[in-house]
Amino acid sequence: MSRVRALFAALLFLLGLRRAVAERRRVVPRGRPSPRAEAVVLALLGLATLCSAGFVAVYALDRIPRQTQFLGLTLGLALAFLAAACVVVARRVLPDEEVAHDYPPPAHEREREEVVRIVEESKDAFTRRRLLGLAAGGAGAALGAALITPVVSLGPFLDTDRLRASPWSRGRRLVGEDGRPLRAGDIGFKEFYTAYPEGADREQVAAPVVVVRLPPSALRLPDGRTGWAPHGILAYSKVCTHAGCAIALYRAPLYEPREPKPALVCPCHYSTFDPAAGGTVLFGPAGRPLPQLPLLIDGAGHLRAAGGFSGPVGPSWWGVRMK
Amino acid sequence: MIRGAVRYLDEHAGAAPFLRKALRYVFPDHWSFLLGEIAMYAFLVLVATGVYLAFFFDPSTAHTVYHGSYAPLRGQEMSRAYASVVDLSLDRKAGLLIRQTHHWAADVFVVAIVLHLLRIFFTGAFRKPRELTYYVGLVMLMLALLEGFLGYSLVDDLLSGMGLAIAYAVALSLPLVGANLALLLWGAPFPGDPAFWSRMYIAHVLVLPILIGTLLALHIALIVARHHTQFREPGRSERRTVGIPAFPGYAPRSIGLAFAVAAVLVLLGGLVQINPVWLWGPYHVAQGTNGAQPDWYLGWLIGGLRLVPGWDFAIGDYTVVPNAFWGGAAFPLVVFAILFAWPSLERRVTGDRAVHNLLDRPRDAPWRTAIGAALFSWVALVFLFGAADRVYATFGVSYVVLVWVFRVLVWVVPAVVLVVTRRTCLALQELERLEHAKQAAKLTASESA
Repeated sequence: MSRVRALFAALLFLLGLRRAVAERRRVVPRGRPSPRAEAVVLALLGLATLCSAGFVAVYALDRIPRQTQFLGLTLGLALAFLAAACVVVARRVLPDEEVAHDYPPPAHEREREEVVRIVEESKDAFTRRRLLGLAAGGAGAALGAALITPVVSLGPFLDTDRLRASPWSRGRRLVGEDGRPLRAGDIGFKEFYTAYPEGADREQVAAPVVVVRLPPSALRLPDGRTGWAPHGILAYSKVCTHAGCAIALYRAPLYEPREPKPALVCPCHYSTFDPAAGGTVLFGPAGRPLPQLPLLIDGAGHLRAAGGFSGPVGPSWWGVRMK
Repeated sequence: MIRGAVRYLDEHAGAAPFLRKALRYVFPDHWSFLLGEIAMYAFLVLVATGVYLAFFFDPSTAHTVYHGSYAPLRGQEMSRAYASVVDLSLDRKAGLLIRQTHHWAADVFVVAIVLHLLRIFFTGAFRKPRELTYYVGLVMLMLALLEGFLGYSLVDDLLSGMGLAIAYAVALSLPLVGANLALLLWGAPFPGDPAFWSRMYIAHVLVLPILIGTLLALHIALIVARHHTQFREPGRSERRTVGIPAFPGYAPRSIGLAFAVAAVLVLLGGLVQINPVWLWGPYHVAQGTNGAQPDWYLGWLIGGLRLVPGWDFAIGDYTVVPNAFWGGAAFPLVVFAILFAWPSLERRVTGDRAVHNLLDRPRDAPWRTAIGAALFSWVALVFLFGAADRVYATFGVSYVVLVWVFRVLVWVVPAVVLVVTRRTCLALQELERLEHAKQAAKLTASESA
């Protein structure tokens, strides 16, 4: 009897050997099996597959309403189900395992010393160390300068006068958005017109101007600007002197005694300029007035520039004149 | 099969010791540690969606007339850049989904980085030996802001044009070199040389993503080299870390997070409209629109630009420092300078040069928490002011009044926050001490009984 038993045990041992050895050496602890969690994972993976297939189907359909929404929904849900499956695997299927580990040592004194010595001792091959060092530094700096030189081609960076370029000069006609010349007689009070220099590139900072009309009696233009606003028609650069946005708002009060006076306003940071007083700043962060364009009315009743702007157009830079 | 793969890798790359270590790398768990991972996965989504968008986008300012399916724009003159984005959005299947997902991912990317930064700051995780990791992270944040700005500037809709005009003004406002620098970058006075679009494009799709990706790899390498920090808990010490091993425990968690981030971004991209550029129209120098708001992460700069009083620093009639410098350049520079200087500042003031693997709770370092909260409230108020015109439009509160209220608040509130936060930290510490004393007393009482 005992012999049979011993034989049986030996057989078992031989059969289960590999498993038993592996069992002893486990690195990752065996968790408790959780068939229910696995079923949930399976279901989530199935749903993710369905949604991915749905995405392809929605894509293949032509001209369905709200295609973008359905595409986002199907793909998003596929990803969400995959995320959920991963979380269930981490939380319910895998064993709860925490391991401890030593932080790496903060310093490696021996290696550090060796690194220093390798570098230091390598220097001994040179006798005129300082001179060579200076020469190498000089050569490096020169090469650096040479390599950076082509950057100059990026822009006319020394030619800052280009910032003052303006297409306006005496006699240039003002044209509207549609390209037709502006007639002085058409300029109404409480209206706001955008005008461009006739025949010039409109996409430059100094091109667009705003044209408004105020009662001549209300004007308080600075000295030296008499005659700049025939019939109370004024033109200012349309580009804010603060940060270069377009002056797109015109505050034209409807009830004079109660509301603030007319003003040109930039919608970016609400710099507010006084069109009656030569574009001086009423409010906001702008630091200098809007440049004014002197106007004249030609024989045909069209508006023309009577000269250049009263100051540099657009945002300021180091050295730009304030007025 | 696994055995075979591992053998192959080991024999050809000597990878077994590395793999063994990597699989058992310890992740001390805390929800706030996921913020950095969210940023990383948002970055992956950005790269994937961005590559797809680049298949269609035409970074050219050459003029074209729109003939696509969106009727209100038909016949309008616009740049090819803008036209290609409108086409991609409205006339390509899945184009709008990918574009909106890209845009949402950019917004979430920066949110996650900022929250991650707050977590790192308030728990003192930037201390030795992790200063370098922190600096690399800050550089990534700055690059991310620039990358995001370039991304929506490239589209050349009305909103991007206004943003670029402001960026140009800020560049121009830099003392001494502003005019030269702006001309160099833009290639000509605003709106610049056509080559400016090529420059923005290569920066947006190649230079900055590679820089961010490289720094991200460095950031992670540095984290792994010094291991994660951990909150104080039984079994954990400055020398020993306890947590979930990378495999099998942490891997499905992190992969699950990656899927979750992608899911949220794709769902947002599909269901929640963002930056509908066809409504904004093409940009022209002479055009602007009221109520324009940039992407959220630039709100603090627009707030700064609006809040600063109309100072142009001038000598006689000559402008020396134009106004846009204060809000658009000086303000963010000061904020980043403080953030960069903080680890060494704190080290110098406290004299603490020790290695820290255990995290502080905010209350454990009252001064740091108080100063950090004050700095945050300062930036947050300026940020809020960036949307003050919406307060005027929605609630009718006078904008002029709001400006003055905020000009006072941005200085008063941080001071109050500083004092209150510090007091709160100290009170929490005191409360804890009392609790401990009570428990100790109870213990001795039960022992003597």
